[in-house]
Amino acid sequence: MEALSPTMEEGRLVAWKKREGEPVKAGETLAEVETDKAVMELVARSDGVLRRIVLGEGTTVPVGALVAVVGSADEDISDLQGVPTAPPQPPQGVGGRVSAGGAPAKPGPSAAASAPAAPVAAPTVSLHPTPAHPTPSSARVRSSPLARRLASERGLDLSRVAGTGPQGRVVKRDVEAAATAAPAPGAAAPSLAAPAAGSRDVPLTTMRKTIARRLAQSLGPVPHFFLTTEIEMERCWDAREHLAALGDAYRVSYNDLVIKAVALALRRHPEVNAAFLDDRVRYYGDVHVGMAVAVEDGLITPVIRFADRKGLLEIAAEAKSLAERARARKLQPEEYSGATFSVSNLGMFDIDEFTAVINPPEAGILAVGRIAQRPVVDGGALAVRRTMRVTMSCDHRVVDGATGAKFLQTLKLMLENPLAMLL
Amino acid sequence: MAVLTYRDALNQALREEMARDRNVFLMGEEVGVYQGAYKVSRGLLEEFGPMRVVDTPITELGFAGVGVGAAMAGLRPVIEFMTWNFALLALDQVVNSAAKMLYMSGGQVPIPIVFRGPGGAALMLAAQHSQSFEAWYAHVPGLKVVTPATPADAKGLLKSAIRDDNPVIFIEGEMLYNQKGEVPDGEHIVPLGVADVKREGSDVTLVAHAKMVAVALRAAEELATEGISAEVVDPRTLRPLDVATITGSVQKTNRCVVVEEGWPFAGIGAQIVDEIQRAAFDDLDAPVLRVTGADVPMPYNRQLEKLAKPDAARVVRAAKQVLYLV
Repeated sequence: MEALSPTMEEGRLVAWKKREGEPVKAGETLAEVETDKAVMELVARSDGVLRRIVLGEGTTVPVGALVAVVGSADEDISDLQGVPTAPPQPPQGVGGRVSAGGAPAKPGPSAAASAPAAPVAAPTVSLHPTPAHPTPSSARVRSSPLARRLASERGLDLSRVAGTGPQGRVVKRDVEAAATAAPAPGAAAPSLAAPAAGSRDVPLTTMRKTIARRLAQSLGPVPHFFLTTEIEMERCWDAREHLAALGDAYRVSYNDLVIKAVALALRRHPEVNAAFLDDRVRYYGDVHVGMAVAVEDGLITPVIRFADRKGLLEIAAEAKSLAERARARKLQPEEYSGATFSVSNLGMFDIDEFTAVINPPEAGILAVGRIAQRPVVDGGALAVRRTMRVTMSCDHRVVDGATGAKFLQTLKLMLENPLAMLL
Repeated sequence: MAVLTYRDALNQALREEMARDRNVFLMGEEVGVYQGAYKVSRGLLEEFGPMRVVDTPITELGFAGVGVGAAMAGLRPVIEFMTWNFALLALDQVVNSAAKMLYMSGGQVPIPIVFRGPGGAALMLAAQHSQSFEAWYAHVPGLKVVTPATPADAKGLLKSAIRDDNPVIFIEGEMLYNQKGEVPDGEHIVPLGVADVKREGSDVTLVAHAKMVAVALRAAEELATEGISAEVVDPRTLRPLDVATITGSVQKTNRCVVVEEGWPFAGIGAQIVDEIQRAAFDDLDAPVLRVTGADVPMPYNRQLEKLAKPDAARVVRAAKQVLYLV
């Protein structure tokens, strides 16, 4: 089982695309595998014949486990026949760890399907049994002192980082690769706490594990503070109605308008479009806006790249396509990584306002509530207006109160006067 | 800046210091009439006379002891050993007298003496004449140990050594005497205890002293052709050791190889690695590796001798190991 994403620990074999005895070429799809994020293709790493399928469809095994044998047609693979595969579903909290790939066994003559393409995919022909640990992070991970320091500074769990040094030692390059790898979904998840009594325990899905880990890396280490403002949406409402009246091709959502306005405000306030990187702050040159999308049992944050340079229709089309593919779990890693700021919208769930959790290393996230008609005081008299409440979570290491407030002022100005977005 | 040989740079330092301070004198085998076995003292007898450039019998323990006595009496002797192999005979005077007198006199009797001469292997001089003893002397409290790698360092460090009020072990290199290099004009002083970054780099630190500096620089050249940026740090003085410069470099590069010509067991590199692992533990991405002379008496056979000495290829391999490239 190859590691098909940087955070993947185990994979569920969805479907075989080749049958035993079929010839395969390097790069051809052998099977579909569900990872913690998406359904990915497991491809052959060498030419040959799919001699033996070890893993049945629907089975979940840790990274490094034997899934199949690819060899030449007449090659003797008898010494691989007896190799046991991993237990189909390891008990909760067991295995699935990088070290569970085992000491790199001597690769067989033409190796298994999980040939060492990525360093994380241990070139195993066998899965060494690993002792059960109550929690994954309690196991010893070989790592260099520098790697440990960097991992702790970046809030990475070393046991989740695949080591490429001797005996799987995690070294600097591994931590850096893990730190720059796809930031997993994590923004704006509702509370994960479950009631203690009368409850039932459901084993975590891989996505749920990733969400849990990422959130813990955020609210703990990242000092959050929150800024809330109420934005009058009458003109946005009108603008959207007018556009919709022109026909379906001109239909945009409020979320598209918010993304556009956020992107333009980020361009105007680069000090918010930033990331805290241990010993420095990185101010991004480009504006990539992540948008949290709820999917079955979780959420993911696909990214609209260069959102400040895109027109509303372009943003609308892209957002729609990303959201659809997110729900189908068909996003590619590059589509949900690299955001410089995120937007989380719970307006469709009738939420008035909420706070969202920053998706590190981003320095902020905007939580968007519903648009509702609310009583407001206008010129000393009560009036009814459509308004929307937004709350910005800021990483205080990068963004100070006044900095965030100025960004919100610009955002408010844009949304209250959508014509300003043309400027 | 003048281009001088290492030998002439040492000669300049001696001449300048003898002219500057009439208490400085040179003593050893063949230093006067023959002008030094390696011609380091060329012209000095003529210039300063036989009271200050003194030929001795072949009696290392004897003239080392005379030197210590002269230092006790207030002179500043420079004792030349024809090589440090012969200085083994003088070890008692160096270790038990020179190194301890200040301590045992309750701080009353400093020993401002320099013991100097070539150390390490030359070429096919066999087991008894191809030895690096810097680790031996650096082990002894009360001694300073200096190992210049370039003509400029040789001059500047010898001047500092002569002016120092402590016994200084000054180890030159037979293979270095003919090496040429730029030496700053005028008064050129290199303080003891200050390392020098001979080449800047960012991926791996190579620590080397004396002849091994050139080996490390060649290795750095080779690594550069593969896109690896190596920093070469020359401690120059082994005791007191400039730990800050070495560990500062390692904190930058995260990886280190320590090169020395001497034997591995309890060598200078062992001490340097110890300093690094304490000062830069959280900056290390790989164990520090050492490249040393082979743990054998030096073979006379030319091919075996070559294999017994550190060379650039071994340094390159070690550098790649700490970079996890091999």
